[in-house]
Amino acid sequence: MEFEFPTPLTTVPSTANKTGVWRTFRPVINYEKCIRCYICWKFCPEPAISFVPGDKYPAPSEAFLKRDAVEINYDYCKGCGICANECPKGAIDFVLERGDGQ
Amino acid sequence: MKTMITGNEAAAWGARLARVKVVSAYPITPQTKVVEKIAEFIANGEMDARYIRVESEHSAMAACISAENTGVRTFTATSAHGLALMHEMLMWAAYARLPIVMAVINRAMAPPWSIWADHQDSMAQRDTGWIQIYSESNQEELDAVLMLYKICEDKDVLLPAMTMMDAFILSHTMEPVDIPDQKLVDDFLPELDLPHRLDINRPAGHGSLIMPEGPVMEYRKAMADAFAGVRDKILKVEEEFREIFGREYGGLVEEYRTEDADAIAVVSSTIASTSKEVVDRMRERGLKVGLARVRYFRPFPHRELREIAKKTDMLGVIDRSYTFGYGGALYAETKGVLYGHSDIPVKNYIMGIGGRDVTPEILEKVFMDMLKIAKDGAVDTEVEWVGLIGDERWSA
Repeated sequence: MEFEFPTPLTTVPSTANKTGVWRTFRPVINYEKCIRCYICWKFCPEPAISFVPGDKYPAPSEAFLKRDAVEINYDYCKGCGICANECPKGAIDFVLERGDGQ
Repeated sequence: MKTMITGNEAAAWGARLARVKVVSAYPITPQTKVVEKIAEFIANGEMDARYIRVESEHSAMAACISAENTGVRTFTATSAHGLALMHEMLMWAAYARLPIVMAVINRAMAPPWSIWADHQDSMAQRDTGWIQIYSESNQEELDAVLMLYKICEDKDVLLPAMTMMDAFILSHTMEPVDIPDQKLVDDFLPELDLPHRLDINRPAGHGSLIMPEGPVMEYRKAMADAFAGVRDKILKVEEEFREIFGREYGGLVEEYRTEDADAIAVVSSTIASTSKEVVDRMRERGLKVGLARVRYFRPFPHRELREIAKKTDMLGVIDRSYTFGYGGALYAETKGVLYGHSDIPVKNYIMGIGGRDVTPEILEKVFMDMLKIAKDGAVDTEVEWVGLIGDERWSA
């Protein structure tokens, strides 16, 4: 095998590695409880939590719909559970992956 | 210009003459004067380099790696615990194929604290992928820094190197040293042209994750192949060096009076210079002993040692460290490369640990023991510690 350089230089972005397949437990946001405080977004080390328009998901009351909702990107979430641990409302469930992507 | 300088100053002069662009280091006895001297050169405007102050040796090597990645020549120096703290970054430098050169002043590891010479610190780093050379004199130390940049920066090599000298025996002792003319060094050593340097016109990730089916193993093999070619580069660069500067050191292993020797000592660093004196004295009395001074431990001089074994009836390998596996590293590897090539007895002498003085008188006893083994054709003890307190056999 011939190499152009003596050490690997990666020319694809690191997002090409979909590390979500490493996950054993899946965080699932319960939008009926989520008050959109964004603490999970701040703590996510990946980061695999991003903002989406407020009306994309339900909320505990209509007033919350004016604020952006959060969404977990399962392509990169490794299932560390920090978001579930930090959520002040207990609105993130941590469920065992079944291996079928569900 | 011939002048009187210490080994530490010789290493600093090597970095200055090599026009090193970035130096990052953390002070530790007995290395401190190397980087103090460089700081002085930079402060006086005698050296056009950036000195990066850091909080540890791990960070010093990380800074050198980052700087070298941009394609500039870097230098650092350390000893003992500082070298041990660098361990992780040493592998990073080697696997990233960065030709960094570092002076290591060999010092014993603690506990108990000992700041004196032995080789435990650098021997413990022998598997990190760095070229290793052990100097015998201050002149050799300066010359080694210049030659190593040329060897390491070769496109077929691209590996880092550490150049070792014994604590205090060289680091703090003044010797006459010829400081070469800058113009000659510039002719000998071209500017670094690192093929894989960071380049904004070629955005790329360095050291990213690769899965097991990716070419990690192939890159390691390519590095092993590069290491296998280092021997010839060393010989070639030393020949070029001799033509320009008029000095030579004998390649990977310097042989001293090995002709028709009944027994040859295999030894490195300053114990070798004392041994040369002992060899001379014994030869005057008709005792046929010789010396093989191992300069490069990485790459290991397997071809040279196999040839030397053909010339004599026994080898006595002197180690200034102990691997806690079986014997010293120089002994274990020497015996390993002789297997299937030579049947002569090989004995290991563990000496000078923690800076214990290795005197001509004790070395003469070692040589006499070697001659007896050569005559008997068998070793009494495979690994023997020499010079322990209260040991009558070896006391001078």
